[in-house]
Amino acid sequence: MDTLFKIAWRSLWRNKRRTLITTASVFLAVFLALFMRSMQIGSYEIMINSVVTEVGHIQVHDSGYWESKSINDSFVFSKSLKEKIESHENVTSVIPRFETFALGSFGEMTKGLMIQGIVPSMEDPRKKISNKLIEGRFLTEKDNGIVLAEGLASYFNIGINDTIALIGSGYQGITAAGLFPVVGIIKYPVPKLNNFIAYMSMSKVQEVFSPYHSNLISTLVVDLRDGDNLAHKADDINQILGTKYEVLGWRKMLPDVVQQIDGDNAGGIFMLAILYIIVAFGIFGTILMMTLERRKEFAIMVAVGMHRRKLAIVVFFETIFIGMMGVIAGIIASLPLLKYLYHHPIPLQGEMAKMMLEFNMEPFMPFSLDTYIFSNQGIAIFAIAGLTSLYPIIYVVRFRILRAMRS
Amino acid sequence: MGVIKISNLHKIYDESKIPVKAVNGIDLTIKQGEFTAIVGPSGSGKTTFLNMVGGLDVPSKGKIEIDGINIGNLPPRQLIDYRLNNIGFVFQAYNLIPVLTAQENVAFIMQLQGKGKNERNKIARELLETVGIGDKIDRRPGDLSGGQQQRVSVARALASKPKFILADEPTANLDSKSTNELLDLMLKMNKELDTTFIFSTHDQRVMDKARRIITIDDGIITSDVQKN
Repeated sequence: MDTLFKIAWRSLWRNKRRTLITTASVFLAVFLALFMRSMQIGSYEIMINSVVTEVGHIQVHDSGYWESKSINDSFVFSKSLKEKIESHENVTSVIPRFETFALGSFGEMTKGLMIQGIVPSMEDPRKKISNKLIEGRFLTEKDNGIVLAEGLASYFNIGINDTIALIGSGYQGITAAGLFPVVGIIKYPVPKLNNFIAYMSMSKVQEVFSPYHSNLISTLVVDLRDGDNLAHKADDINQILGTKYEVLGWRKMLPDVVQQIDGDNAGGIFMLAILYIIVAFGIFGTILMMTLERRKEFAIMVAVGMHRRKLAIVVFFETIFIGMMGVIAGIIASLPLLKYLYHHPIPLQGEMAKMMLEFNMEPFMPFSLDTYIFSNQGIAIFAIAGLTSLYPIIYVVRFRILRAMRS
Repeated sequence: MGVIKISNLHKIYDESKIPVKAVNGIDLTIKQGEFTAIVGPSGSGKTTFLNMVGGLDVPSKGKIEIDGINIGNLPPRQLIDYRLNNIGFVFQAYNLIPVLTAQENVAFIMQLQGKGKNERNKIARELLETVGIGDKIDRRPGDLSGGQQQRVSVARALASKPKFILADEPTANLDSKSTNELLDLMLKMNKELDTTFIFSTHDQRVMDKARRIITIDDGIITSDVQKN
C-alpha cells in the first residue's frame, strides 16, 4: 500500500501548478463554506436559544391548551406531577407559569396585555428578566406588584408606584380584576414583547384569576439536558403523564420559527451545492487530465503485472489527496477567524439589526464552532472527490492495454 | 522449464472495413535459456506476435502454451498474475514509472508479488548493482540517461525472476555504446540465470549477438536460423 500511496502522492506533484490551483479551489470553497455555514448555524443557534429561553425545550399543558390558549384549559400543578416529569433522565428543570390575557387601564388609556405569572426565583435565573430592568425592581415570590414592559409603560404613561387596573376573564368564567402597583419596568429589544408583556408573581396571578382553585397553572416549562430528538423526548414525557396532558416541543409550538430556519438552511445548502459543483468540475478537470496523460503509464503498469484494482486505488488516492489538502488547508485557515468571530460576533446595524430584533434576537451576527460544520464540509469534499474519481476508476478498470500503450 | 509452444497462431485486426492479418499462422517452439531475436520489416507482425506471447493481446486463432498452460484460456486476472510471475518486459521507450526511483521501480514488481519491504529493496539494490547503476538507485527515470533507464528496465524485468523476458526493440533508442553494454548485460543474465530472452528488433547488433534469429514477414515465419 505504501508504494501505491507514493505513486499517487508523487503523481500529483508532476504538475505542481495544476495541483496547487485545484487544491486552492477546494481550499477556497471549504473556507467560504465554513464561513457561511458557521454564520448560518450560529444565527440558528441564537434563534433556538432565544426560543428555548422563552418557551423551554418542551411545554406541558392541559390537553388542548395550545390550540385554545384558554384559561379554562389550565391544570393543577402538584409536586407529584413535577416529580413524574423529572423522572425522565433528560429533564433538568420544570418551571410553572400561568399565562393569561387581560385588559389594562391607567388614566385614559386602555390596552390588552399578556400576563405571565411566574415564580421569580425559578424564572429569573433562566430568562434573566431582571437584567432588562430599566426602572424599579424585579418581582419577589409573593409580590403584589406588576412589572411592565417599557412599551406598555410608555403607552399607559405609567411610572413606578403608579397603579394599573387589570380586568379579564378568570378560570371558569369568573371576573378577574384588581389594582396592581407597578414595581418595575423592563425593556425588551423585541417590539412585539415590549408592547405586550407584563410579569406578576405566580401567587398573585393565581389569587386573581383562579381564586377558588389552588395551584392552577397554564404551562410547565421543561428544560432538557440536550435538545436533540425533541419530538421523541416529548413523546416519552407524554407517555409518563398520560393523555390528560399535551406535551409539545418548541418545534411543534413554533412552526414558523422552524420553517424560517429550514428555509434559510435550504437556501444555504443550495448555495453550497453550487459552490461544490464548481469545485467538483475543477477537481474533475485535473483528474481527467491526469488520467489521459498517463494512459500509457497505466498500460505499462498493468502489462508488468499490476492488477487494475490496485491502479484504481492509486487514482482514487490522488483525488482524495487533492480534496484532503484543500479541506485541511481550508479548516486551518478558517478556524482562527471563526474562533475570533465566535467570541466577538459582528454587531449589526440598520435594517438588519431591526430584523434580528423582530425575531427576539440580539442584533449580532453570531458564528458557530459546532464540529459538525467542519466535518460536513470534509464529508462533502470527500464525497465530491470520490465521485470525480469514478471516471479514472472506470477508465483503469476498462482500458485496453495495447491501445493505451500506443497512445 | 520455460518452454513456449506456439501453434497455428493467427491475429486478425478486423476493426476497420478491411481485416488485417497481422499474424497468419505461426508455429514455433522456444526452449528455456534461448537468446532469440525476432526480426522482420516494419508491419511484419513482430510486435503483434510478441504482444500475444506476452499475454497483452489475444490470438484470433491458435494457442500459446507456456509450460503446458494455454495462456489464451486464462481469465484476465490470472493472466495479470501470470505475466507478473513468468514474464519480464523490456520496452523500447523504457516505460519506467516516472515518479518512482530506480530502486523503487525495480522493487515495485516484487511488491506486486507480495515480497516484504526489506527483501525487495535488497534484491532491487543487487539487481541495479548487477546492471551497473548501483550508484544511481535513488534517481528517478527523468534523471537517468536512456541507457541507464533501459538498464533499470532490464533490472525490473528480472526482478520477478521470470521464465522469459520479452524485449520489444530494446535498443532502438540507445547509442552504440549503450546498446553493446545492454546486450552484454542481457547475455550475461541469460547465461547466469538461464533466463530466456526474446527480442523483436531491427538492430543488426542485436541480431549479431542472438543465438537464434526468427524472421517474420507478412505474419508468417520466413526463416528460423539457429546459430552455433
